[in-house]
Amino acid sequence: MLHKDSCCAPKVATNVTTSTEITDSCCPPAKKSTDQCCPPQQEIKSCCPPSKDRLKAGYRIESFVKGWIDTPIGEIPVIDSKLQAVDYRGRIAMRWGIGRDKYTVTPGLYAIGSPDEKSEVLVSANYKLSFDVLRSSVGAIDAWILVIDTKGINVWCAAGKGTFGTDEIIRCVHMVDLQKLVKHRRLVIPQLGAPGVAAHLVKKGCGFGVIYGPVRATDLPDFLAAGNQATTSMRRVSFSLQDRTILTPVEISMLRWQILYVALALLLLGGIGSDIFDFSAAWTRGSGAIVAGFVGLLSGTVLTPMLLPWLPGRAFSIKGIWIGAGAAILLCLSLFSESGFLNQIALLLQVTAISSYTAMNFTGSSTYTSPSGVEKEMRLAIPCHLAASGIALILWLSAAF
Amino acid sequence: MSKNEYLKGVATLKLDQDKCIGCSLCTTVCPHAVFIVEDRLARIVELDHCMECGACVGNCPVTALSVNAGVGCASAIIHSWITGEEPSCDCTEGSNCC
Repeated sequence: MLHKDSCCAPKVATNVTTSTEITDSCCPPAKKSTDQCCPPQQEIKSCCPPSKDRLKAGYRIESFVKGWIDTPIGEIPVIDSKLQAVDYRGRIAMRWGIGRDKYTVTPGLYAIGSPDEKSEVLVSANYKLSFDVLRSSVGAIDAWILVIDTKGINVWCAAGKGTFGTDEIIRCVHMVDLQKLVKHRRLVIPQLGAPGVAAHLVKKGCGFGVIYGPVRATDLPDFLAAGNQATTSMRRVSFSLQDRTILTPVEISMLRWQILYVALALLLLGGIGSDIFDFSAAWTRGSGAIVAGFVGLLSGTVLTPMLLPWLPGRAFSIKGIWIGAGAAILLCLSLFSESGFLNQIALLLQVTAISSYTAMNFTGSSTYTSPSGVEKEMRLAIPCHLAASGIALILWLSAAF
Repeated sequence: MSKNEYLKGVATLKLDQDKCIGCSLCTTVCPHAVFIVEDRLARIVELDHCMECGACVGNCPVTALSVNAGVGCASAIIHSWITGEEPSCDCTEGSNCC
């Protein structure tokens, strides 16, 4: 798993956990193709020998590697700026949170285009989704890409944790011998990596100065063309309808086990009534409650995020109330118009509480909420959620008698 | 009012202007335009836009800035309430920071 990358990728000490001689035999920087993993000597000068010459037992060449470039620090894989079907499939899986904890790229140095000793070095995280966004949005530039080990987490989140940070950047610069590859002493670091990085300490630790690049990788070509100058808009984080919508599936996916447990509990509780337990009531009342719960869930995890800027209130839990209450009222007028007063009040309370709570959880996906603010809103909102749910449960259960 | 504004008067960001050397790195790294630099001196102009990410604090070469930095993520904070640990954005099961 860890060695899925090209055999000649730069040495990554932390990633060599299984095989023994890999780090020694694989393209040491000083020597050219004298060892077994590199292609025959006559091919070493050509830029991109066929990948099949590089096959090695236990290794697989990543589909995004389209060739190799010879450099003073050894051969560096050249990556494709076009995404393939496998990359798109991976992207969809990530949006649903499937296999998200192991969607990684082997850290190290990569090339895009035909970089040379004057080309910029772009630093990135080893989350494959981030890597794919970077390589597919930079277009026809020539640059080095230094992928640092963020444990498969995107730049901004990893910076918040400190895994995308000063120490790891310094470690990787030393590890790949970057000073032998380029003549300049600059690293272009994504602006959203800044929470984990202290520019002056990077300079002190490895001699490379930090230039903060734009927030979005798509702005990199313009940024580089302007001599590493960012416009004001390149420095701002937005949170467009598309940004918000794309984050909604994972909100539901994260809750899948809770959804299952609550659904089972509702089926059981739905059967409780004057006959002690009634299976047909379990089905009708339980499934009704599950439908209501789903409506609350969709209100808070999908509709509220999509409509976020237009909903009244600053706290996300308040934004969720409007959608949840609106959806509950529609349910009471349609599907549950014959359910009786107690059930309808229970539904109104519960759907609104679920919507408000799950909307509050969207703070984690948003790009502008502060921890102080989230904590403040939670201290007010969570007791209300619990109270509303408790009253709703009592009303719903007592409606069966 | 800009469309994406969060709670007012909660951000813990502080700037000590006596220390500021006007390097303007805080204006570079801040994703929400909290600062401006005038006459080689930084000033906080949009405190309520601060998301306490800590980018400015870490990059200030003269430690003129301070903030209780962290993740503005409800599930991370719930997790920290239950476990007593620091709120962490670990992006794995049970957390949905990103």
